[in-house]
Amino acid sequence: MSDRLLGIIVDSFTKILIPGIKVTIPLTVLSFSFAMVIAVIVAMIQFANIKVLKQISRFYIWVVRGTPLLVQLYVIFYGLPNMGIIIDPFPCAVLVFSINEGAYCAETMRAALESVPKGQIEAGYCVGMSYLQIMRRIVLPQALRIAFPPLSNSLISMVKDTSLAANITVVEMFMATQRIVARTYEPLALYIEVGLIYLLFCTVLTGLQHLGERKLSVTAERRKDPWYRHVISQSRFRRR
Amino acid sequence: MVQARNITKSFQAQIVLRGVDLFVEKGDVVAILGPSGSGKTTLLRCLNFLETADGGTLEFDGETFQMGHVSKRDIARLRKKTAFVFQNYNLFSNKTALQNVTEGLVIGRKMDKVKAMEIGRRALDKVGLSDRYDYYPHQLSGGQQQRVGIARALATDPEIIYFDEPTSALDPELIGEVLTVMKQLAEEGMTMLVVTHEMSFARNVSNKVIFMEDGRVLEQGSSKEFFENPKEERIKAFLQTLRGGA
Repeated sequence: MSDRLLGIIVDSFTKILIPGIKVTIPLTVLSFSFAMVIAVIVAMIQFANIKVLKQISRFYIWVVRGTPLLVQLYVIFYGLPNMGIIIDPFPCAVLVFSINEGAYCAETMRAALESVPKGQIEAGYCVGMSYLQIMRRIVLPQALRIAFPPLSNSLISMVKDTSLAANITVVEMFMATQRIVARTYEPLALYIEVGLIYLLFCTVLTGLQHLGERKLSVTAERRKDPWYRHVISQSRFRRR
Repeated sequence: MVQARNITKSFQAQIVLRGVDLFVEKGDVVAILGPSGSGKTTLLRCLNFLETADGGTLEFDGETFQMGHVSKRDIARLRKKTAFVFQNYNLFSNKTALQNVTEGLVIGRKMDKVKAMEIGRRALDKVGLSDRYDYYPHQLSGGQQQRVGIARALATDPEIIYFDEPTSALDPELIGEVLTVMKQLAEEGMTMLVVTHEMSFARNVSNKVIFMEDGRVLEQGSSKEFFENPKEERIKAFLQTLRGGA
C-alpha cells in the first residue's frame, strides 16, 4: 500500500467519523424515536379496533411499505417544493425516516400487542381497571419486551438506511465519503472504510441489544431468584 | 342479591343461552353444573359483561340493568362490586404475586399504595402464599397461580365472586389446594357463583346447584335436593354416569 493511500485513509477517518457522530447518529436517534411514537400509536389504534382511525392506519402502512424509501425521500424533498412546501434537508430526512420506519415498527408492535394473552385484559377489567390503564400497566410492558429484538433489528437497519439521506444533500457519513472520493479518486479504500465505520456503529448496537435482552429476559429474573436456585440445586441433588 | 332473568346470547348462528334465569342470595354458594357446551361459562361471562348478552335483565343490589345495553360506566361500577376467577388464572405475567393482587386496588381504585400492600399481603396469606409475595406467575405452580387469582379477587372486597371452572386447568394433585381455599371462603360466608365439574364441591360445599343443558336451566335448587332427589330424568342420568365414572 502506498504511503499516499495510507495517508488518505488515516486522514479521512476522522473526516468520515465526525459527520457520523454529528449527523448519522442524531438522524438515527431522532428518526427512530419519532418512529417508535408513531408505531405505538398506530399499533394501539389497530389493536383497539378504532373504526375510522384503523382504516387510516392500514392505509398509511400500505402506502409506506409499498413504496421505496428513496422515492419517499425524493417526493418530499424534491417534489413538495412544487407545492410551495420547502423543508430543510436534515428535518426532511428525519420526517421521511420517521414515517417510513414508523410503518414497519407499527406492524412489529401490533404483533407484540396481540401476543399478550387476551385473558389478562379481561382480568384487568375484572379488577376494576380501565382499558387505558390495562394497556399502560399490563399489555404494553409485555409487548415491548416481546418486540425488543425485532425493534433492535429495525434500529440497526435504520443506521444504514440513513446513508440514503446523501441523496437529499444531507452531509452524513456517506456523503462525506463521496466528497473525499471525488477529491482523491480512491473509491475502493474509502467506501470500504465508511462501510467499516457503519459496521462499528452496528456492532455497538448489537452489543447493546444483547445487554438489553439480558436485562429484560425472564431467565435473568429466574437466576436471581432464591427459590429457583433452590430448585436447581435440588434437581442436581436428585440426579446424584 | 343477584337476580338475572331471561338471559339470551348467541354467537353468530349458534344460540348459547336460551333464556336463563338465575337467583343468588347473599351468602349463597351456587354451583353451576352441566355438560360441556351447555352455556355455563358464557352465562358467567355475561353476568360480568365480559360478553354482552343479547337480552335479559340483571338485578344487582336492588339496581336493574338491561343486559343488552348497559353503559360502560355502569359496567365499570358493577365490576367494582364483583370479582372473577378464571380457568386459566389470567395473572398479569409482568407483575409479581403481590402486584397482581394490589394492581386493581392501586390503579383501578386509586387506593393508597401502603394500604393496598397491606390488603394484598393479607389476601395472599389467606390463600396460603405468605412466602410467595415476590414471585412472578411463571415461578409458581398452577395451583399457586390460581390461589393468587383467588387472592386477587378477594382483595377487592367483592360482594360476589364468579369462578369459571377454577380447577379445570390444574393437575389432579393441585386441585385440592384450590378447593380448600374455596371451601374456606364459603364457610366465611362469601357469596360465590362457581362453574365447576367438581361434584364433591357441588355436593359438599355449595348450598345451591344450577344444572344447565343446551342453553337452558334444567334444574335450580338446593344442592341436597339435587343430589339426593333429582326430579329430571336427564339429571338422574347425568349423576348416574358420574357415579359410573367414579
